[in-house]
Amino acid sequence: MKLADLVKELSLEVKTYKQGLQNNVTGGYVSDLLSDVMANSKKDDIWITMQTHLNIIAVASLRTLSGIIIVGNRQVHEDTITRAETEKVTIMTTPMPAFEVAGKIYQLLK
Amino acid sequence: MTIDIKHTIEESFQLVGGNFANAGEASIQLKRKLTEIGLDENIIRRAATATFEAEMNVIIYAAAGWLRYHVTPEYLRIIVEDMGPGIEDIELAMQEGYSTAPDWVREMGWGAGMGLPNMKKNSDIFKIDSVVGEGTTVEMIINF
Repeated sequence: MKLADLVKELSLEVKTYKQGLQNNVTGGYVSDLLSDVMANSKKDDIWITMQTHLNIIAVASLRTLSGIIIVGNRQVHEDTITRAETEKVTIMTTPMPAFEVAGKIYQLLK
Repeated sequence: MTIDIKHTIEESFQLVGGNFANAGEASIQLKRKLTEIGLDENIIRRAATATFEAEMNVIIYAAAGWLRYHVTPEYLRIIVEDMGPGIEDIELAMQEGYSTAPDWVREMGWGAGMGLPNMKKNSDIFKIDSVVGEGTTVEMIINF
């Protein structure tokens, strides 16, 4: 499915790089450990995390993830937003906790 | 697989310890270059992962370092040298889950003890040399 469909279904707030909403989402990965995501995420996964600092952009970009959903109503750092635009990474936020977001996306992708 | 490039491609990047803001820059540029050459997606992801972990280690632990890579028609070779504290027990450091990272680094989601194992897993040849008090050198080769 397209990232745009996920945004609609889960009422996510899109924070950066709206062009990325055309990206395909084929799976997901939930983790706050960056090396874990580097090791185990797959191409076109949507990444669900609580981390908001700059390094998440490099992770998403290097692993060719379809986007990042930041959960639990966390504020995204301003420099992270700027970097995301430069590196063409779509960041979305939601008040939902990771468990709920993952569960919903799992159902949608099934 | 052999790739069609006329000359060996070489780049080098300076890494500064503690500079988390620029972490990943070298790896992103390497990824771009490899994509341009038209390498296999899977190889590019392995290279990007191994390089980023190496970059992070310099930024987390060392005062400074260099990352150099060169691409030949047959392989990619990445060398990362740092002026850092060195690793006392390399065998222990290679164990998944072992880390000496401080708490504030762990809070950022680093320091899970996966860096060196990730580098090794993603390389065809992985060599590490370290002198306590002087620094660490990592060499990684990924065959095409």
